[in-house]
Amino acid sequence: MKKTILEIENLSKTYGSSVVLKDISLKVNEGDTIVIIGPSGTGKSTLLRCVNLLTKIDGGKIFLDSEEITAPGVSEDNVRQHIGMVFQDFLLFNHLTAIDNVMIGQVKVLGKSPADAREKALQELERVGLKDKANHYPGQLSGGQKQRVAIARALAMDPRIMLFDEPTSALDPELIGEVLEVMKRLANDGMTMLVVTHEMGFAREVADRIIFMEHGLIQEEGSPNEMFYHPKHERTREFLWKITELYGKHEDQGSEKL
Amino acid sequence: MELTQLLKVIQFILGGTFVTIGVTLVALPLGFILGLVLAVIRVFGGKISSSIVSIYSAGMRGVPVIVLLFVLYFIIAGAINISPFWAGSISLGIVSSAYQMEILRGAVLSVGSGQMMAARAIGMTKIQAIQNIILPQALRLAIPPWSNEASIVLKDSSLVYALGVPEILRRSQFMSASTYRPFIAFAIAAAIYFVLVFLMNQLLCMLERRLSIPGLQQ
Repeated sequence: MKKTILEIENLSKTYGSSVVLKDISLKVNEGDTIVIIGPSGTGKSTLLRCVNLLTKIDGGKIFLDSEEITAPGVSEDNVRQHIGMVFQDFLLFNHLTAIDNVMIGQVKVLGKSPADAREKALQELERVGLKDKANHYPGQLSGGQKQRVAIARALAMDPRIMLFDEPTSALDPELIGEVLEVMKRLANDGMTMLVVTHEMGFAREVADRIIFMEHGLIQEEGSPNEMFYHPKHERTREFLWKITELYGKHEDQGSEKL
Repeated sequence: MELTQLLKVIQFILGGTFVTIGVTLVALPLGFILGLVLAVIRVFGGKISSSIVSIYSAGMRGVPVIVLLFVLYFIIAGAINISPFWAGSISLGIVSSAYQMEILRGAVLSVGSGQMMAARAIGMTKIQAIQNIILPQALRLAIPPWSNEASIVLKDSSLVYALGVPEILRRSQFMSASTYRPFIAFAIAAAIYFVLVFLMNQLLCMLERRLSIPGLQQ
């Protein structure tokens, strides 16, 4: 029986007069890779930022490892140590080298010794294929490299779950592949991941479940096979194939019944 | 004027350089430390503390420096028995803190909220984020406008002449009166200030280059 790492119950979030998230409930089990897709502006990024408490929720509850992290009195800083986040615009610390970026959280937040932090940092940089760029500054790296360092930075904290907020949306097309490759390997290694993306190829290949969000609600969810080939709603089919047309690969489209 | 007399005049006025530098070395760091604390409160503090700092800044920057110098001098010298040098220098520092606060505030805002978000996302507290992520970047961004303020403080140190402090301007006033050659006396003062400001800017330029972050074009 797989453990439930993250559970979201009836989450709602309103900005001013617009309700961005109406009523979101979902569960992420250990080792799952859940991909969230949907039109822009439907609250997908907001959802991720609510999960790691960067954004204050208006209603509902969030549980990490069965403990309610939205309960009053919970230390948010503490919770965030266990949730890794990768942002669309990388947000590396510009004044620090790649390895310092990966080390600083371990030293300042986890209290590790610099030697231990460095060892772990080198491991994570190796994992994302950038050990040789350890002493480079973010300004000297390409977008794809920056994002991979950002992933290493999040991984170095040994999070229970990794959140990816459109990790490849700001990248040149040629650089998207290297980041998706790292994410694929992470998923295969058993990391629990919640990914917001438009990369349909990734969703189809790697996701355990795909969630389609629109108008602040989960419209439909299911396995990639269900969502792509036997969706319950026309809108789901329309969106998934439209995005695939724009972004993804069509390898086997011709042989499937639509 | 004979050459020997001219040299004596120059030597006398030059003697005030140490006092001028002294005033600057008290006022500038005082203004920086105070300005830094105020800037952090202004950007990251709650509504009330932020407003208080805002009012302080508006007050200090809304009145001519020399007027404030007199006001603060009489407050400080009235409360404790200190020399005009210290009273003047501290007053200058307090005035400068308001300008430096605005410079540092601008620099902190330029760093961008994304950096704070990324720092919080790995579990840093707000204070850790400010200390380790925001300020190191902000201080580098602040160097150019700060060099400007440093030059201003160096030049404004001349205002303490009005409190009787024997720095460059005061001495040139004295020389002007005793030699009846005001142009020479004040031209010498102007030349000395010019060299001091020039040297200070060169130093700050070197500092900026040493601290610059590789890869970032600014």
